Formats: sequence, structure tokens, C-alpha cells
Amino acid sequence: MSRTFLGTPAFPEAARAALADPQLRRNLAHATGTIRGKRAAVVSELEETGEWEQLRLAGAAIKDQTLLHLDEHLVALEESLVAAGAVVHWARDAEEACAVVASIAHGHGFDEVVKIKSMATAEIGLNEALAAEGIAAWETDLAELIVQLGDDLPSHILVPAIHRNRAEIREIFLREMAGAGRPAPDDLTDEPARLAEAARLHLREKFLRAGMAVSGANFAVAETGTLVVVESEGNGRMCLTLPEVLVSVVGIEKVVPTWADLDAFLQLLPRSSTGERMNPYTSTWTGVTPGDGPQEVHVVLLDNGRTRALADEVGRQALRCIRCSACLNVCPVYERTGGHAYGSVYPGPIGAILTPLMRGVGEDEQVDSLPYASSLCGACYEVCPVLIDIPSVLVDQRAQVVDARRGQVSHVGEAAAMKGAAWAFGRASRLGAVERATGLAGKFLGRRRVDPGGRGVVSRLLGPGGAWSEARDLPAPPRESFRAWWRRTNGADT
Amino acid sequence: MNDARTAILERVRGALHGTERAAAPVPRDYRTNPARRPVRPDLLDLFVERVEDYRARVHRCTPAEVADTLATVLRRRRTVVPDGFAWPVPQPVPGAGLTAAELDRIPAVVTTATLGVATTGTLVLTHGEGQGPRAFSLVPDVHVCVLPADRVVLGVPEAVAALDPHRPQTWISGPSATSDIELDRVEGVHGPRELHVLVVT
Ligand code: SF4
Repeated sequence: MSRTFLGTPAFPEAARAALADPQLRRNLAHATGTIRGKRAAVVSELEETGEWEQLRLAGAAIKDQTLLHLDEHLVALEESLVAAGAVVHWARDAEEACAVVASIAHGHGFDEVVKIKSMATAEIGLNEALAAEGIAAWETDLAELIVQLGDDLPSHILVPAIHRNRAEIREIFLREMAGAGRPAPDDLTDEPARLAEAARLHLREKFLRAGMAVSGANFAVAETGTLVVVESEGNGRMCLTLPEVLVSVVGIEKVVPTWADLDAFLQLLPRSSTGERMNPYTSTWTGVTPGDGPQEVHVVLLDNGRTRALADEVGRQALRCIRCSACLNVCPVYERTGGHAYGSVYPGPIGAILTPLMRGVGEDEQVDSLPYASSLCGACYEVCPVLIDIPSVLVDQRAQVVDARRGQVSHVGEAAAMKGAAWAFGRASRLGAVERATGLAGKFLGRRRVDPGGRGVVSRLLGPGGAWSEARDLPAPPRESFRAWWRRTNGADT
Repeated sequence: MNDARTAILERVRGALHGTERAAAPVPRDYRTNPARRPVRPDLLDLFVERVEDYRARVHRCTPAEVADTLATVLRRRRTVVPDGFAWPVPQPVPGAGLTAAELDRIPAVVTTATLGVATTGTLVLTHGEGQGPRAFSLVPDVHVCVLPADRVVLGVPEAVAALDPHRPQTWISGPSATSDIELDRVEGVHGPRELHVLVVT
């Protein structure tokens, strides 16, 4: 089973460890650079016509309207699902959601399930919870398989094994596949095609015998009860089609009002995510279809902190997120630290706001350090297909962290804390200038950042985190002067 | 779980308390953008070009040539044939009642498609007549899809508007693929590793 993120050190220390790993940095730089290039090419097709901006505005507006009437849409979704033959469950938190899934498996006497990669099931720690109930959860996405067999943690929303190279993957397969089912062939090479073939054979055995699958969903249509899963490999189709029982764990923010609304998201998501005009496979299903696919369909509607995020007027826009991961790939902090440093299933810029929004600030150092895991360069906002203003939410979250921690410890003085903050933001704005000069936001193709300039940025980037980690037990400066200071320095440097 | 339902709905209402909830119209001009026409005069050319972009193989043929083209593509492979599929194949296996394990031992499948989407090079199956249940176009390693040219629409908005959400759908854009290993694209992981599209004009 994959390990969880419990006990991960706060971002600055974790980031420092990641930065010390040159292999990880090389893999990340290659991966994020490749995806950026592909994305830029297919997005520019629609930018030239003005469609991209129109799609982003529509995507953001649909999600906003849905969130503002979330209660009504959830009730409508439930009605449509039930009318289509699905069973609807509600889960306030991770524990309730895991219990629902486990009890469905137990009810059928299943001791294993196949799984499609899903942020929601990772967030609730479903695999570990099922293991504790004696149920094996087999990840079927190639990257998740690599992560699971390697007893590792995913580092990226889209390509969770981005931190592993082909030689490492070959070794993991040779060593671990036999223990989990069909072994890897002895003559396995590190050719990606051969590695994929080994995974195909290993997993096909599991698809054919599995009685139950667990998925997430990219979208849930309130009007019709239709669920949508977008994927590349076909493991999703296998899970959604072959087992008799299907359980989908769906965050309550995944609802969209109408079927017609999908015409915006099915353009935004693949282009923004994998940099394709369309991903290889998209599956939609509406409850049970007699004679085709699972004959018992469950949907678990999950809160687990989403309503907390919804209550935050500045932060609620984070719930528009369609998990495309574009913001990760343009983030200078992420490119250098990878996802593990964020200590959450949601890494990168979106994780830096979503995790504190969903879990609340002022209680956990790791969570409180996340809003500082950014240089505020704004690249994430520029690429976000649903226009989430991540930098503004980060700034607001920082203020909330400061508020929550006010008066928690001693009185070393405002000046020291301000010094740390000034250091961070002073460099942050300078970093923004560096990124603009190297064209991070605009021309991604062919950029290789192993230059000394890149390293210079890193060492400066680490500073703010380090400064914060030293300063975080100090009394915080008053919110007003903090904001006044922010406005002034930001204005001066840009 | 009823408690959870009540609690979540109450939390949602609480979270939105005091927020202006008046409906604002969603701007839909992405559907009517004047630039939304095929970049080439022929919608079909665009479709073919985009399907080939995914390294799927496209064969253009007339209705009279479909059977021969199928025979050329399928060779002597045993082929799952769904109910309602109108053309002959060399080694047919009637699809009705096949289990997944049985499908796994048959190398090829033929289906029709409900729609083709030109700008994205996508086939949409809705798993009725001529297409069979979802497992048919998934488990065998070679998928040959016959698409009448008049079923090609311009883009995603036209496709979504034409499709019935109550039918299960599979949108297929090229053969299955992964980029999970160092971002190297590998065709064919779990779905069919070979995709042929016969465009019938
Ligand atoms: S915040 Fe925006 S860019 Fe980042 S994953 Fe979500 S939708 Fe994509």
C-alpha cells in the first residue's frame, strides 16, 4: 500500500530535501517542460480564434453559478441518479466515505477492488482504509501502479510517477509485480513500450476477475445524473465497464448543472491537462444500462472540507478547479521541489490554496506553510482554464494564517517577522521579473532550465520558506500593516 | 447516511449564507465564435487529418468498398461483430452474449460510430445497434470503426448537442496511450492498441 502524507515535514524542509535530489529535479524539469510545450501548442490553436478566452470565461461562470446554488444542484443530481438506477450515498468526511465503499465491498464478499486514479479517493486515503478492512485496492493507472508497487507517494496530479525514470520503473516492475499478481517478464527492458506491455498483462488479469471497481468522476451532471471520466490509457474504461459493481466517489464540487455545460469543459480539460485536442478516452454513464457495464452503480457524494472552502468568500473559487494540473507545470516552485514537498494529495499552486481551504489554518504547521510555497509570480493564474486567481487566494490565506497564529507564542517583535516577510516578497517579485524575462509564461517550447540562472532562482526561492519557518513561531504583524506593506512593495516592483 | 445528507446540505447553505445568489448568465459565445468553421474547406479533411494525428489509421472508401477494405484491414483475424453491424467480415464471431473473458481471446472487433468530431479527431460510440456494449470496443486488441461521412460534425459543442446523455458513451481519440514513463508517448496500454477508421463517402 502507498504511504500517506501524515507526518510530512512542513513545505520548506521538505522542499529542501527534494532540491537536494538531482535525479528528481531532472525528471521534473523534463516532464513539466514537455507538457508545457504540448499544452501551449494546442491552446494557441484556440487562442488565435478567441475561443480559449471565451471557454475560460464560460467554464469559470458555470462553476461559479453551480457553487452559488450547490445545494439545489446536489439535490437534483441525487434525484437524477436515483431515477437512472444508481444508489446515492453522502459522506461528510473521509472516514464516512471509506466506510461506505468498504461496506459495499463487504456486502458482496469482495476482498479486492480495481481502481481508477482519482484525486478524491487519494484524498480520503481509501486504499489504506480498505486494506485495514481486508480489501486490496489495485491501482490500474500505469503511473499509480508504479507508485503503488514502489511503495511510494504520487508527486503530480497528472503523472504521479513523474519522479521515476525508466530504469527505476523497470526495477520496480521486476521486483514487485510477482508479489501483486502476474510477474513481469524476465527479459523486461526499460523501453517505455515494453514497460507498458508488462503493465497491460499484469493488470488485464485483474480487470477480468474483479467484481468491483472504484472510480472518481471529472464531472457529474445534475440534470441527467451522468458521470464523466476522462482518461488516456483505457484502464478507466476497463474499470467502468467490466466489473458488476461500480462505486464512484465524487467531490460535491464536481457537479455541473446540465449536459450541455460539458461542451465547454470537454474542450478546456484535455487541452489544458495533457496538451491534447482530446484525451484518448472519455466515458460517460448514467446510472445502470441493462446488459452493458456494471449492473450495480453507487455514487458517494463527498464533502470532506469542501463546504469549509465554500464558506471562504475569497477562496471558494478554488472549488472551480477541474484538476488539469496546468498550474503545477508552470510553477517555478513546483518544478524544483516536486509534489512530495507539499505533503498533500493536492500539490502545486492549487494544492497550496486548496489544502488550507479544506482543512483550515492555525492548527497544522504543514498546512499553514503551504500558502507560502509560492513566489506569487502569477503564472498559475495565467494558465488556469477556469480562471482561479491563485495568487490572490494565496495572499488571503497568508493573512488568515497570520491571524490564526496571532498571539500563539512569544513577543520577539513585529520587526523580525516583517523582515522575514519582506525578504520573501522582495525576492518573490524579483523572481516574477526573472520568469517574465525567460518567457516562462509565454514560450515554453524548447526551454531547458539547467542554467546557473535557474539555480540562482532556486536558492532565492528557498529563502522565503526558510525565513518563514524560522519566523512562524513569532507573533505576527498586524494584518493591516502587512497588507499595506504588500500593496506598497508589490506596486513598487511591477 | 441520511444524517450526512442533511448535514452536508446544511453546511452548503451555511457556507453560502449572506452571499448574493442571483443567477448571472453564462457567456456562451464560444459556441458562436465566427472563427468556428473548418480551417480547411472540407470538414472531412480536417477530421481525417486530426484522427491521423493520433496515429490511428484512416481508410477512405465508398459504400461499395467497405467490405473489401474491412477484409484488407482485418486479414484472417477472428473479429467480434455486434448485432446490427451491416457489413461482412472474413472471420466473424457474433457478439451477442460474449463474456469479457471470451472477448479477451478474440483479436479484433468491428463497430460503427454515432459521431465523428472534426476539430478533435474523435469518434463517439453510444453502444447501440452496430456498436455493441462498451466492452466490445475495449477488450480486443484491434478496433476497426466504420463511420459514414455524414456523421462528422465540426466540434465538441455540436457533438454534445447531438448526443443523448442517457446512453452510455465512449469518446475515442486515437488508440489508448500513456505518457507516464518520462513523458514518452506509448500507444496502447489497456484499450485496443490498433485503431482503424473507415470513413465512408
Ligand atoms: S487550479 Fe486551474 S490550472 Fe490548477 S489544476 Fe485546477 S483548473 Fe488546472
